[in-house]
Amino acid sequence: MTDWGGWLSPGEAQALWLSLKTGVAGTALSLPPGVAVAWALARGRFRGKFALDGLVHMPLVLPPVVTGYLLLILFGHKGPIGHFFETWLGFTLAFNWKGAALACAVMGFPLLVRAIRLAFETVDPRLEAAARTLGAGRMDVFTSITLPLVMPGIIAGTLLGFARALGEFGATITFVANIPGETQTLPIALYSALQVPDGEINALRFVGLSILLAVGALAASEYFARAQQRRIRGTT
Amino acid sequence: MSEARLSVGIAQHVEGFSLDVAFEAGPGVTGIIGPSGAGKSMTLSAIAGLTRRDSARIALGDEVFVDTARGIFMPPEQRRVGYVFQEARLFPHLSVAENLDYGTKRRGSASAMTRAEVVDLLGIGALLDRRPHRLSGGEAQRVAIGRALLSAPRLLLMDEPLSSLDIRRRREIMPFLEALHRRLDLPILFVSHNIDEIVRLADRVLVLHGGRIAAAGEVAEVLNHIDVQSLILGADDNAADPATILEARVSRHDTAHHLTELDIGGASLAVPALALAPGARVRLRLHARDIALATERPAALSIQNVIEAKIVEIKTAGPSQVDVELAVGAQHRLFARITNRAAEQLQLASGRPVWALIKSVALVGDLSDGARAT
Repeated sequence: MTDWGGWLSPGEAQALWLSLKTGVAGTALSLPPGVAVAWALARGRFRGKFALDGLVHMPLVLPPVVTGYLLLILFGHKGPIGHFFETWLGFTLAFNWKGAALACAVMGFPLLVRAIRLAFETVDPRLEAAARTLGAGRMDVFTSITLPLVMPGIIAGTLLGFARALGEFGATITFVANIPGETQTLPIALYSALQVPDGEINALRFVGLSILLAVGALAASEYFARAQQRRIRGTT
Repeated sequence: MSEARLSVGIAQHVEGFSLDVAFEAGPGVTGIIGPSGAGKSMTLSAIAGLTRRDSARIALGDEVFVDTARGIFMPPEQRRVGYVFQEARLFPHLSVAENLDYGTKRRGSASAMTRAEVVDLLGIGALLDRRPHRLSGGEAQRVAIGRALLSAPRLLLMDEPLSSLDIRRRREIMPFLEALHRRLDLPILFVSHNIDEIVRLADRVLVLHGGRIAAAGEVAEVLNHIDVQSLILGADDNAADPATILEARVSRHDTAHHLTELDIGGASLAVPALALAPGARVRLRLHARDIALATERPAALSIQNVIEAKIVEIKTAGPSQVDVELAVGAQHRLFARITNRAAEQLQLASGRPVWALIKSVALVGDLSDGARAT
């Protein structure tokens, strides 16, 4: 972190690092269930599909504070899941960066699922049927045909979820509070800077950092999506 | 190689449609023909295991694919059924070579043909590194055929593989299909709604109509039934003139005039020279529109193919035309479509001997595509 000394203050470097860490961890956490849920919503025919769809979209429509508070109730020290984690798995989510990552995962989930679901819906089931006549079982078809074809969607969804995670504020501050070096990500650091008299310069620096990060994520998303499209359909 | 016979029995009732078919198919090409909605594709997808049917028993040799009575359903990946679909269905993220090897990787190299042979047969050597989106429709369909062949099939299903292609692409693929037919001795079911394709490729034919088998047997025998033709072509039989399919033998070549004489049993027809040895068998299709009638042997006429016939029956075909059924020799039936007025003026009637003037012969059962002679 000392390498950044010339550019960023220790506080800024810490906030940037925390944002990246919680964003990456949160997105990675939501990816496997996201793919599974997207597949179920795109292809599944089961009771409660409508309810699942609604549940997935909850964090998108609820005020983030509500989501954060619900996380606190469920995953806090006294919450049923939080308590279980603490006693049986020996780790806690409340008021540390892991909790912030969980908040990122939950808030990014709807966007991630939507993008991947759309990708699943565009895969022609007739290709999968053809693969089965060529000797591939269901799992084999999924990994050799379906997954490569939805890869652009997975990449787009992942980066979208990640971008959403970088901007996460309401749920995070409600769930894991504002602890410098532990849960104070870029947006929260910006908020804190604004609370301090004459903090505008500091705040502007956080704004600049946030913009750089967002533009970077967007560019990466575009680049990977195009590379994948090229791989599948040639130049687009 | 296996000489397994396919036996199929399917009964399925969905809203407004019921499919009820039972047939057997041995090695060679069994054509399945019928109008759209007759249940052709439903039958194939049940054989491949892509759809389940209410009641079915499907077996290839002693291997049972489906037996609903005994609760047996073998998943499609275990059936070793090569399926060529209407659309090529190539995997867009894989190269042509990877598409070809997709089945081989999963079933081992138990195919009757090696990859080199298949590539050679289908003429796709130059395409191997390409992606499917860079192929023409005809090329993609050839790759799809190759992919099915290389998956070690014991049965080949072809569901209108030519219907999505234009005439030129069809002509491009047809020779490959014929070569395939000669090269493989496994059962091939070839679905089409095009009589010419069936006549050209099939050894036997099933006519499917409204979910039932309307006729089955030897191609010429089945398709020469005028009611079978109207089943296939639809009720609009004014537009569709009846056609006769004849099996002919090359009798001799007239090298001076670049003609080949064909013996159709009791009569002879001349067509532009064919690169076939005397004795070779070809299939011809004669359209009723292409046959004119004369009550006396015409003396001075450019039409060379004139054969003696006897009127069997005259049937109305629309307000101004009639179809005259003719007997040629002991076994052949021909149809001539002429106007009402011509029939009246010539005083045509059953039993009357006439001369049939054949304006053109469509050669459908041989490599030389649609050669027409005048």
